[in-house]
Amino acid sequence: MKKTFTMLAAAAIAATTAAPALADLVVPNLSYRTGPFAAGGIPYADGFNDYFTLLNERDGGIGGEKVVVPECETAYNTEKGVECYEATKGQGALVYNPLSTGITYQLIPKVSADGIPLYTPGYGRTSAANGKIFQWVFNYPANYWDGASVAIKHLLDQNGGNLEGKKIALLYHNSAYGKEPIRTLQELSKKHGFTLSEIPIDSPGQEQKSQWLQVRRDKPDYVLFWGWGVMNSVAVQEAANIRFPMENFIGIWWSGSENDVLPAGDGANGYKALTFNGVGGDYPVYADLKKYVFDAGKASGAGDQSGSVIYSRGMYAAVIISEAIRKAQELAGTPKVNAAQVRDGFEALEITDARLEELGLKGFGQAFAASCGDHGGAGGAMVQQWDAAAKKWNLISGFIEPDHEVLDPLVAEDSAAFAAENNIAERCN
Amino acid sequence: MPDQLLYAIEVSLNGLMAGIMYSLVALGFVLIFKASGIFNYAQGVLALFAALTLVGLQQGQIPFSHVINAIFGTDLHSFGWTLPSVVAIALTALVMVGMAWLIERLVLKHLVNQEPIILFMATIGLAYFLEGLGDVMWGADIKKLDVGLPQGINETIDAVTFNAFGYGFFIDNLDIIAAFVAAALVLSLTLFSQYTKYGRALRAVADDHQAALSVGISLRFIWVLVWSIAGFVALVAGIMWGSKSGVQFSLSLIALKALPVLMLGGFTSIPGAIVGGLIIGMGEKLFEFFAGPLIGGATENWFAYVLALLFLVFRPQGLFGEKIIERV
Amino acid sequence: MLYREAGDFKTSYVKDSQTFPIKADRMAYFALLAVAFGVVPFLINDYWANAVFVPFLIYAIAAIGLNILTGYCGQVSLGTGGFMAVGAYAVYKLMTTFPDVPILIHVLLAGGVTAIVGVLFGLPSLRIKGFYLAVATLAAQFFLVWLFNKVPWFYNYSASGQITAPERTMFGIAVTGASTPAWAKYLFCLVILVALAWLARNLTRGMTGRKWMAIRDMDIAAEIIGVNPLTTKLSAFAVSSFFIGVSGALFFAVYLGAAEVGEAFGINKSFLILFMVIIGGLGSMFGSFAGAAFLVLLPVLLKNVLVGGLGWPTDLAAHIELMIVGGLIIVFLILEPHGLAQLWRVAKEKLRLWPFPH
Repeated sequence: MKKTFTMLAAAAIAATTAAPALADLVVPNLSYRTGPFAAGGIPYADGFNDYFTLLNERDGGIGGEKVVVPECETAYNTEKGVECYEATKGQGALVYNPLSTGITYQLIPKVSADGIPLYTPGYGRTSAANGKIFQWVFNYPANYWDGASVAIKHLLDQNGGNLEGKKIALLYHNSAYGKEPIRTLQELSKKHGFTLSEIPIDSPGQEQKSQWLQVRRDKPDYVLFWGWGVMNSVAVQEAANIRFPMENFIGIWWSGSENDVLPAGDGANGYKALTFNGVGGDYPVYADLKKYVFDAGKASGAGDQSGSVIYSRGMYAAVIISEAIRKAQELAGTPKVNAAQVRDGFEALEITDARLEELGLKGFGQAFAASCGDHGGAGGAMVQQWDAAAKKWNLISGFIEPDHEVLDPLVAEDSAAFAAENNIAERCN
Repeated sequence: MPDQLLYAIEVSLNGLMAGIMYSLVALGFVLIFKASGIFNYAQGVLALFAALTLVGLQQGQIPFSHVINAIFGTDLHSFGWTLPSVVAIALTALVMVGMAWLIERLVLKHLVNQEPIILFMATIGLAYFLEGLGDVMWGADIKKLDVGLPQGINETIDAVTFNAFGYGFFIDNLDIIAAFVAAALVLSLTLFSQYTKYGRALRAVADDHQAALSVGISLRFIWVLVWSIAGFVALVAGIMWGSKSGVQFSLSLIALKALPVLMLGGFTSIPGAIVGGLIIGMGEKLFEFFAGPLIGGATENWFAYVLALLFLVFRPQGLFGEKIIERV
Repeated sequence: MLYREAGDFKTSYVKDSQTFPIKADRMAYFALLAVAFGVVPFLINDYWANAVFVPFLIYAIAAIGLNILTGYCGQVSLGTGGFMAVGAYAVYKLMTTFPDVPILIHVLLAGGVTAIVGVLFGLPSLRIKGFYLAVATLAAQFFLVWLFNKVPWFYNYSASGQITAPERTMFGIAVTGASTPAWAKYLFCLVILVALAWLARNLTRGMTGRKWMAIRDMDIAAEIIGVNPLTTKLSAFAVSSFFIGVSGALFFAVYLGAAEVGEAFGINKSFLILFMVIIGGLGSMFGSFAGAAFLVLLPVLLKNVLVGGLGWPTDLAAHIELMIVGGLIIVFLILEPHGLAQLWRVAKEKLRLWPFPH
C-alpha cells in the first residue's frame, strides 16, 4: 500500500518537474514577462537566452557541453520566485539570476543551504560584495552603493570637484530596492557638503505629481532617480512636464532604458543614466548573433529587443555566467561541472579587456578580478545620455570608479550585521 | 503672498485636478452599482483593456499575434496600417459595447438575484479573465497612448500667476482637458438619465428590479446599456490615465485610487463621485504637502482611505449615497 | 448505503453534540489526520513542501481567520494582508529581541499582538456596514504597509528594509531558516493548523459562533434579543486577527524566510485570501480549506501542465493561467454560488440517500 502510494507520488512528482538530460549545463532563467515590470523583464530574459543560444549554436556549448536555459515565470513575485527555485534546483541548476531584489533576499539563505551560487549583477543585496560573509552570492561588476557613488563622482566632475552647498534630491521607489542608496548618499553628503532630500514614490509609481511639484518648489540642482518599471517613464514625463533641465536628472542603471524615455518623446532629450555595460548593436558579436540566432529563427521572445539597454544587460549577465562556467571547467579539469565547482569558478573569475575583445564585446564591461573576499568587482559604471532626435543612448564618460573609502566600511558594517543575525563565521582568513 | 500659501494653493489646485482623474474611474463604478447593484471590481481592468484595444487599433496591431506566432511559428506583428485617433476611439467604443453584451450574456444573466458578495466575486473573476485576455491579445509591454492630447505645463497659467504672485503655478494641460471631459461626461450622463426614455428606465431599474420588470422594462437590455456606458467611461478614463503613464498592467490599479472616492461620495451617486473625487484629491495632496516632510512622505495611498473613513464615520452611507434603511 | 446515520444511536448528550455525528465522517477525519501526520512527512520533498503543502497550510489558517470575520460575522474585511504583516513583523521583533524563547511561543504571541491591532482597526465596524466597511479596512491595509516600510525600528534599522527570519529550532530540529528540512516545516505548520482549526470549529459551534452569526444575519434584531454588538463584532475581529497574525508569522518565518512588506503583504494578498473564503464558501470551516487548496494548487498545476507539459512560452502560459483562473471562478459561481462547501454539503446529502432516490 505504501509502496504503491510512494510510486504514485513519485510518478506525480516526476510528471510535475521536467528534467533535462543530466549531461547538460543547466542555467535556469527566472524571468518575468508578465506583471507590472514586464517591460524590463522581457528584454533582459531575451538577451540572457540569446547569448546562450549563440554559444550552443556557434561553439557547441561551453567546453563542449550544451547549455540548457529553462525559463520560469516569476512575475516579480517572491512566492513564485521561491516556487521556481524549488522546481528548478533539482535539475542540476548551476547558478541563479532572478533579476529581483525581493527574490534575491529570499534566495540568499536558501542558496547557502543548498549550495548553488547566486549571481545578482547590479541589484540584490549590496553587502553581498563581501565574499567573506556571503560565500555563495556574487554581484559584480557593480552594486547600488557603487552606483550612488559614481553618480556623485560624475556630479563632482561637472562641478570642478566641489559640491558644497548644492541640493541633490533622491527620488526613489518606496521599497528595499529604492532605499538601497540612501545610507551611502547620506555619508557622501556629509563628506562633500551637499544637502540631500529623499522623496519616496509608492509602487508602482504611476502617480508622481506631488513628488515632482515638490521638486519644482525645492529647485534642487540635481535629481537622482532609483525607479523600475512604469515609474521610470512616468518620472521622465513628469520631469519634462515641469521643464526640469534633463541633463541634471540622472537615473540608476535600471532607470535608463529605451522604454523609459521613448514615451516622453523630445522632452526626454538629455536625460542621463548610469550603466555598467555597453549598449547598442555595434559590437562584433552581433554579427554572430544575427547569423546563428536571429536569422536561424532561434531568437528568444519576439526577437525585437536586440541592442537595447536591458537586452544588453541580460546578455552581460549571460557572458559573465558563461565565463565563470568556463573557469569552473578549467579549475575542475572536466566539462561536466556541478554547482559547487561553478561557485569556485565565480570566485576565481577574471575578466580582462583582451578577453572581452575576443568575445566580440570590446569595451562592453569593465575589467575586474574576483577573489575570496571580493565578490563585488571594481564597481565602476559609465554615464550615458539620451538623444531624443536620434533615439539613441550615447556614452558620455568612461568607467568611473566609486569612492571605496566611503563604501568599504558601509559594506563591512552591513555584512557584519547579517553575519551576527545569522551566526555566520567569516571565511577567507 | 507668503510662499507657503502660494505652494498650498498650487498643491490644492493640482489635488482638485487629480481628484477629477479619480472621479473618471469612480463614475464607471457608480453607474454599474446604481443599475445592477454590482460592485464591479473589473472596472480598472476594463479601462486597461479599452486602452490596449485603442492602442492596438491605432497602430494596426494584430490581436492574438503572440499566440498565433507561438502555435504556428509565424512572425506576424502588425497589419501595417495605422488609424486616425478618432476612428480608433469610435471602434474601441464599439468593442466595449460588444464586451458589455458578452458579459451580460455569459456572466450576469446567470447570476441574477445572487447576494452582492457573490456578484462581487464574479466581477473579480471577470477582472482576472480580462487581464489575461488583454495581455494575450495585445501583449504585455508598455505602449504609448497618443490621441493628440497635449501634455506639459500650461504656459498661460504659469505666466499669469507668475506676473500676479511672483511664482508660476504648475497646472498640467492634460489635467485641464480631463476636467473638461469629465464635466462633459457628467453633464451628458445627467441629461441622459433625466430626459431620455432609457435614462428613465435606468433609474427605474436602479430603484427596484422587480417593479421595473413589471412595467415592461427589459432588465437585460438595461444591463447591456449600463455596462456599455460604463465601458465607454472606462475608455475615457483609460485614455486620460494612459496618456499620462503609458498603457500597461499598472493601469488597472487606478481602480484602487477610485475606491476612497466611492466611499466618500456614496456608491450610488454620480455627483457624489465628482465631489468625492475633488475632496479626496485635494485632501491627500494637501496632507502630503503639510505632513509628508514630517512623517516621511508617500502618505497618499493610505491617507485617501483614512479621509474617506473619517467621513463615513459621520455619514455611513457616504456624502450623497442613499440612506440605508433596515427593516427588522 | 455506506454513508448513513441509520443504526448509529447516541447514548449520551456528549455523543449527541459532537462535531462529526456521522460515523463515516469521523472515520474519514481520523484517516485524513493519520495520512497528514503519518504518511506525508516521509514522502515530502523540498518542492512539494515549498510550493504546495506549506503555503496551503498557512493560507488555510488565514482563510479560517477571514472566514470567521466575513463568513460567520458578516464583516467584510480587505485588510488581511496588513494584519499578516503585523504578525510577521511581530514575530520578527520577538525573534530578534528574545532569541532564546521557543518559536512556537513567539508565533502565538505574534497572533496576540495582531489581535490587539485587529480590534483597533475593527472599531469603525460599529458604525459602518457592508461594502463600505470593506473599503474602510483597506485604510488599515495601506496604513500598516506604509508604517512597516517607514519606521526603521520594525526592520531593525537594516539598510534595505527587508526582514530575514533567523534560524530557530524546535526539539533540536531547525524550523525556520534555510536549512530546515521539508518535513519539519510541514509538520510545524500542520500542528498549528490542526490546533487552530479545532479551536475555530468549537468557537463557531458554541455561543460565540451563534452570536457572530446572529450579527451577520440581522444585527438590529440580534441587538434586540440581547447580543451585544460591540463585544461580538470586536471579538470577531480579535479572533480573526489572531488567526491571520499567526498565519502571517508562519508565512514570513517558515515559508518565505525573508520578506519585504510592500510586495509580500500588499493588497493582492488581501484579495487572494478573500477569494479563498468566497470560493470555498462563507461560513464554513471546510470551505476555508477547500478555497485555500483551490487557489494554491490551481496556479501550480496550471503552470506545470502548460509550461512543463505542453511546452508553451512562459509568458503566454502565465496569461492563459490568469484567463483560466478567472474563467473558472465565474463558472464556479454560476454553478454553485455558495462555494465549494455548498457543493460538498450537497454531495454529502446525496450520499446519505445513495443508492436510493428519495
